[in-house]
Amino acid sequence: MIDQTQKLSTRHLLGIKDLSQSDIELILYTANTFKEVINRPIKKVPSLRDITIANLFFENSTRTKLSFELAEKRLSADIINFASSASSVNKGETLIDTVNNILAMKVDMVVMRHPYAGASIFLSKNVKAQIINAGDGAHEHPTQALLDAFSIQQKYGQVQGKKVAIIGDVLHSRVALSNILCLQKLGAEVMVCGPTTLIPKYIGSLGVKIEHRLLNALNWCDVANMLRIQLERQEINYFPSLREYTLMYGLNKQILDSLNKEITIMHPGPINRGVELTSDVADSKQSIILDQVENGVAVRMAVLYLLASS
Amino acid sequence: MQQHHILDGRKFQITIKRLCHQLIENHNDFSNSVLIGIQPRGVFLASRIKEELKQILPQAQIKIGNLDITFFRDDFRRKEGMHLPSSTHIDFLIENKKVILIDDVLWTGRTIRAALDAILVFGRPQNVELLTLVDRRYARHLPIKADYVGIQVDTIYSQKVIVRWKEADTEDQVILLSEE
Repeated sequence: MIDQTQKLSTRHLLGIKDLSQSDIELILYTANTFKEVINRPIKKVPSLRDITIANLFFENSTRTKLSFELAEKRLSADIINFASSASSVNKGETLIDTVNNILAMKVDMVVMRHPYAGASIFLSKNVKAQIINAGDGAHEHPTQALLDAFSIQQKYGQVQGKKVAIIGDVLHSRVALSNILCLQKLGAEVMVCGPTTLIPKYIGSLGVKIEHRLLNALNWCDVANMLRIQLERQEINYFPSLREYTLMYGLNKQILDSLNKEITIMHPGPINRGVELTSDVADSKQSIILDQVENGVAVRMAVLYLLASS
Repeated sequence: MQQHHILDGRKFQITIKRLCHQLIENHNDFSNSVLIGIQPRGVFLASRIKEELKQILPQAQIKIGNLDITFFRDDFRRKEGMHLPSSTHIDFLIENKKVILIDDVLWTGRTIRAALDAILVFGRPQNVELLTLVDRRYARHLPIKADYVGIQVDTIYSQKVIVRWKEADTEDQVILLSEE
């Protein structure tokens, strides 16, 4: 039960690691009310009309960037966008200088994606604005984990007691770490599955099950979260070929139908169709991939709203 | 804190009945009218009014919704403490309908100002009226008045008016709390 006077325990959203269970429950509760808002004929509310938010994307993004932008607009915030490819970062400006220059334009919140792990933590210690981490290297992607948990909650009523398998490129994935922490805090059981080379060596210390055979993981879980193979982050070969990876870890309709139960398929996007998922699985009724995208806007509205009022 | 009972027992029920009869005077069979309870506490009054109207007009189809005004408040980030949203549930359009906004206590009028904003999301109503169980007179911050009033009370700023409901708090009563 949510206490009406409850607040977030943190001023920034840097990672799931800093959130308590009640923080996460508060965010999911609030997201539920925003989901109703974004399904109204007029989807805008005036809550953040006196707040300015800068979206700083030092790395490519489609979904997260659009989703944050939409969430900010639905809350009536003023926004400025920044992409590093078209900026003075290429002229050698440091991160703190870039952000302080943006803050000098009277910005209250910063949403940042950065290729380096810990960039948002570093920033939160050096600038005044509230920081929201929209993905930092292979470290954390808290709003993705929150929207995944919210999607599971919407589908099953609760997250507690559910079995979630995170399958694929766990090593390069920030979604995996944030998901593991978030799901565990909400009382779910988590398994990671993938080839040995793509499972980090010490991941067992987080208290997750480790499995190397796809079929075993699928038979165990209620929800399979299929991760993308992040070819752009792999400087060496972690498996002999994409074709072999697909044969061992790709999910197709045949495997899905051979299970003796109906599991739910999630994917944080973007999908490599035909690699980790075949098209007929991605578009099947067991897949909630597009619900995740819709829920993403509601969850990000909740995060912005709660942080703005803290 | 000193407690003073303003309304309870039989008088509470009579007041609700009177409000219903006043509504019927203006809205006939409610075919073009909707009741909107303001979250969180106005929804108890709204559903009570609906029940009572059903007793008086068994044939009437009365539409009712809950409206949360949290995101439309004018004191966001200006006041200590959070405003957590409640749910909004309005599964009809209010375009050209007569809307009756319902809240338990009318005080500064700021909640109603927010509700007038929030309700427009669901269409352009023909007109909007306000029904309140308790009207704290001479305390308005905005030019807002109620069309249907259960009871009027004169209070000072530091006092609190609390409406309790059988459904949520075991008893129907209106209490005035004042510091000693």
